[in-house]
Amino acid sequence: MGIDIHREAGTHLDDQEFTWREIVSAPISKLDNDAFTRVRIILMNGIESEQNRFLHALARMTANKDLKLAAARVRRIEQHQQTLVNWLNPADQSPLETTIGFEQVAIEVTASVAQVEPDPYLAQVYRFGLLEDFDHMFRYAALMDRIEGHDANDILQSYTDIMPGRPTSQEHRDPADDMREWYDRGKADVITKLNALTIMAGENQTHDYYMTIGPMFSDPIARQLYAEIASIEEQHVTQYESIIDPNETWLEKWINHELAEVYNYYSCLSFEDDPRIKKVWERFLDYELGHLHHVMDLMKRIERRDPAELVPKTLPDPIQYRSQREFVRKVLASEVAYTANGTRIGSLPDTAETLSYRRQLNSSGSPSDAVSAGWHWRPGTELTREALDIDGMHKMERESA
Amino acid sequence: MTIASTMLKRNRTGVARDPDMAKDMMKGSKHTIDGTDRQEFVDARLEGMRHNPPAATMPPPAHLDKVRSSLLLDKLGERLAFERAGVRLYETLMLKHDATGGFPGGPSRADLEEIREDELSHFAMLEGIVGRYGGDPTAVTPSANLVGVETKGICAAINDPRISLAEGLHAILVAELADNAAWEQLIELVEQLGQEELADEFREALETEQDHLARVRTWLAADIAGRVQAEADEVVPGA
Repeated sequence: MGIDIHREAGTHLDDQEFTWREIVSAPISKLDNDAFTRVRIILMNGIESEQNRFLHALARMTANKDLKLAAARVRRIEQHQQTLVNWLNPADQSPLETTIGFEQVAIEVTASVAQVEPDPYLAQVYRFGLLEDFDHMFRYAALMDRIEGHDANDILQSYTDIMPGRPTSQEHRDPADDMREWYDRGKADVITKLNALTIMAGENQTHDYYMTIGPMFSDPIARQLYAEIASIEEQHVTQYESIIDPNETWLEKWINHELAEVYNYYSCLSFEDDPRIKKVWERFLDYELGHLHHVMDLMKRIERRDPAELVPKTLPDPIQYRSQREFVRKVLASEVAYTANGTRIGSLPDTAETLSYRRQLNSSGSPSDAVSAGWHWRPGTELTREALDIDGMHKMERESA
Repeated sequence: MTIASTMLKRNRTGVARDPDMAKDMMKGSKHTIDGTDRQEFVDARLEGMRHNPPAATMPPPAHLDKVRSSLLLDKLGERLAFERAGVRLYETLMLKHDATGGFPGGPSRADLEEIREDELSHFAMLEGIVGRYGGDPTAVTPSANLVGVETKGICAAINDPRISLAEGLHAILVAELADNAAWEQLIELVEQLGQEELADEFREALETEQDHLARVRTWLAADIAGRVQAEADEVVPGA
């Protein structure tokens, strides 16, 4: 399915309307829907959230009243889009289960992005972040098993491995070691810009989600684990926002944001198997095309610049919403011990600043190490092992009776 | 020595704390939106309750030839999930016991550990039965999902480190009451399905759960008796 972005004008802004009833439609089924439908919902909530965040930043930094109003108009629609998408999450999906969904997004989407990123340095950045989120999954799955007695795989549906990555306790580093080089706005491929915005949006939403739900847990180790992983998500946002060229103008950034939304809804639409949710992606793809054309016009009027230099005729291949297990395992085998030293990533020594920072943070113990001590994933929780022993005992008792 | 929550008097809820402010609040309460009716609220909720698909359905059976009743597999999955979560709840109560000690007439650590083992043993039994009856013991059935939602509050209460062992037992009482009723229901179901062998196994499990319930009630009664005495000791006669 190809879209000619320059010709497809999408839904005009004036025709983008909502009612409360359809903003709040029936949620998906936690157990019956495919895990990738949840993955897409969680990511698109993050994409919309980034759009709102960006347009607020723009509004706060511009003295151009026309631009400020234009941002407010589009932002209002984006806000309602975000609500509709986020409210597709069902109420029986607990915050911890949704957390497992967030980490599945971080693993599967980052893995897909890392494989198509043409800039080798940025592909390395994605693989570096990927192994850290991979470890978060392991820690949260242990928490779910040990605190609630539930199996995280009921959310993951066996698409994503549950095993250690780069240890979370070793991910804490000095801000200087979270900085990366940014792509050059004049030379970078379109997909490079879309990748960066997509992953930054996802990570920022993950951070905000953990910061919101962390204090809702009563268990002390759960509260600590959320605090610890939220801190890493803050590092990830720092990393991913630093790869985006800050020399892009506000309107250039706005166009890239709209393009990223078009691309993401198009990717969702390409893979969705739930017909009702597919209609949501289809509708919002048209809305985003409408926004994109609106902002292209703004660029012509305000910057007197041809947006065609930024907007390609067709979209790159969609994000691959399927298990990236083999790629993740390969990266894990070869790069788990990598570190970041300034803007470089590889088999490098940690900086003195990072070592000191990490030592201080972990000096009263590490929540992520504690929660998963002696744990490994088993279908149906680690209690199945113990239960098997008991079952064996019962059999022996029956036989001896 | 922990301080009982009823000993300290620092709570700020209720209007009686500041009668003047309460009067001001009452003055404000006279303002309302004219011409509205509570029925509008009821209707809006009613509308939302209509035309909903089920929250979840059963997974396809792991072994189709062994399945005699999908309903049975759903309810077996429910008990399995509940007993497994029960193991974790009693583990947390054991931690509270380790952290703060027991109370007179309350459970010993061994008591709590024994119940934890019983819950694990029931989980093991159900895992085997679900497999034998063609189900997947690692799947979450609709009824298992429902008890997961129902017990969220119990987990949240027991996992809270500020909740004492006795308060935690109050929370587990809710679980044990529900567990007893659910085993009774499961026995009725297998009897109706003519699964006498299962009914015998489940009656044994119910007896164990009845014992848990009785013990939790005894411990809670001892806690109340102890606190009545402590309160009486606090009161200065004639004051």
